[in-house]
Amino acid sequence: MKKIIELKNITKAFDGDVVLDHINLDIYDNEFLTLLGPSGCGKTTTLRIIGGFETADEGDVIFMGENINELPPHKRNVNTVFQRYALFPHLNVFENVAFSLREKKMPKDEINKKVTEMLALVALKGFEKRSVSSLSGGQQQRVAIARALVNQPKVLLLDEPLAALDLKLRKDMQVELKNIQKATGITFVFVTHDQEEALSMSDTVVVMSEGRIQQIGTPVDIYNEPENAFVADFIGESNILDGVMLEDRKVSFAGHVFPCVDSGFERREPVDVVVRPEDVDIVSEEKGQLRGVVTSVTFLGVHYEIIVDISGFKWMIQTTDFHDVDEHVGLFIEPDAIHIMKKSKYSGMFGDYSSFSDEMDEIGEVELEVLEEMETESESGHE
Amino acid sequence: MNKKTRSLIQRMTLTPYSIWAALFIVVPLIFVAYYAFTDNSFRFTFDNITRFFTATSQIDDGESVREVRTYLVIFMRSLKLAVISTFICLLMGYPLAYIMARAKARTQSILLTLIMIPMWMNFLIRTYAWMTILQDTGILNSFLSALHLGRIHIIGTESAVVIGMVYDYFPYMVLPIYSVMAKLDVRLLEAASDLGCPAVSVLRRVIWPLSLPGVLSGVTMVLIPSISTFYISQKLGNGKFFLIGDAIEGQYVANNLHFAAAIAFILMVILLACMALVQKLANRKIIVA
Repeated sequence: MKKIIELKNITKAFDGDVVLDHINLDIYDNEFLTLLGPSGCGKTTTLRIIGGFETADEGDVIFMGENINELPPHKRNVNTVFQRYALFPHLNVFENVAFSLREKKMPKDEINKKVTEMLALVALKGFEKRSVSSLSGGQQQRVAIARALVNQPKVLLLDEPLAALDLKLRKDMQVELKNIQKATGITFVFVTHDQEEALSMSDTVVVMSEGRIQQIGTPVDIYNEPENAFVADFIGESNILDGVMLEDRKVSFAGHVFPCVDSGFERREPVDVVVRPEDVDIVSEEKGQLRGVVTSVTFLGVHYEIIVDISGFKWMIQTTDFHDVDEHVGLFIEPDAIHIMKKSKYSGMFGDYSSFSDEMDEIGEVELEVLEEMETESESGHE
Repeated sequence: MNKKTRSLIQRMTLTPYSIWAALFIVVPLIFVAYYAFTDNSFRFTFDNITRFFTATSQIDDGESVREVRTYLVIFMRSLKLAVISTFICLLMGYPLAYIMARAKARTQSILLTLIMIPMWMNFLIRTYAWMTILQDTGILNSFLSALHLGRIHIIGTESAVVIGMVYDYFPYMVLPIYSVMAKLDVRLLEAASDLGCPAVSVLRRVIWPLSLPGVLSGVTMVLIPSISTFYISQKLGNGKFFLIGDAIEGQYVANNLHFAAAIAFILMVILLACMALVQKLANRKIIVA
């Protein structure tokens, strides 16, 4: 595979706040790469440095072997789909898409042909003459993609392009974006804070936090072999416990010694242990490696989410079997369900579900309110 | 609150403004029109209007004597000076508005205050100040001769009148353009440069069309008062450049109210027609371009 973009030791600070801290990243031809992380982790700044809208304080941006640190955006062979699209309000759909072609002084019939092709690709045939303000969010999104792709860039940068869409539309657009990427063969660099989106669309996921890259890998690697507690917690649900590696393939945590499949640690090295909620089996008390009491049960359709208190640490377990609150149960964990991580500065910050139910209630309420607001907004927007 | 009481309250709060508008805008306009189309004994007539277009006078330029249509010549002169002033205001005001809109918040408010301070001073005083600056023995010439650059004669020329107009009406050009520019989404500019536009193209293809509404209201707010100004031309032009505003004032002072009203009325109709045309062209450009 051919490297198309290399970021070397990129550092960037705004007013003394370090936003990017020695970022090193290779982006390969034809891949769908996602920068994933919570807000403020530096993912958008990374994208803007590739696009040329920010300059790094230190480090180099290499594009197809050439250093493009000083190259202004209009000379870079990359295009951007902006957050909230940034369509030109004084131009109609056709002219928005034709914008870059007109700048190149391309002949009229060629512009016509290309724009028509692009609009067909994003399923907006027949919208040429419409004003962009009359389009729905999803349609504006497609215009933004068509406008960026018509130039046939080597790389397309997408800055949270789906964040403003409602859930259903977002799912559809995820599939569509992936199809467009495959059809055009253009490298996509996609920024999101939505881990599900990142896992379902990407070839490579780059997890970022506090201006540093935490892990680079395929979605499966990132999920199954998280590098540290931050990644384990940010991607999916995890129980993260303090443990001690006794010897190769033998780890002690929660007052019990478990066989596992990891090796290569020091003898008696303190480690973080990750167990995914779907990998824990609930068995009868006497058959369990660990024993505890069910403290809460939530029915989620496909499975139950059960919180089990084991000597003070609350485990989250996802299972299709029902267990009632206050039931005494045993837990059984297969060796290959245990993942061992080196200690990091994130150790102890994540992975205990003690405050889980309260927290979830609050988040749930806020989300409901936001959703309601968005609905009323979109209703009034349609009028 | 039901709909009926709400609309009643709405109407009641609007009433003072409606009365104000009727008393001080609509009624005077009716009076102007009424005077324009009547003679001294208030009988209906077109004479005042036709007089504007047909009255002639003689110009002696030293070699020959020409006969010209008095008021049309005055009108064209007013129009010329007003257009020149407006154009200069736009040329200076547009970049300033852009720089202001992109500056830091603190710089913005300082610049804004600096632009508005002259507006707090009396218009007559400002014009007198320019007289002292531009006179043959004024500040400008003292400065130039101190630098051994020789003197220039500027007071009493069209340039002096234009300088006065530009100075007086400049804020009315900058402020509307600035308010549009300040609301311009920075990401649109980034998108344009992302799509291959160098800075000049970004200005031409995105900033300019999107700031056009501000430019139009700036042009309107400078052009209209400068076309009908009379004081500046008297003081800075030494009364040599009789403008349409001077004509109205002269007729009024001479107690020729009906003809004064007719000139004002014609001027208003021409300006309204021009503005309507410009607005229409601009609208079409904004939607299609």
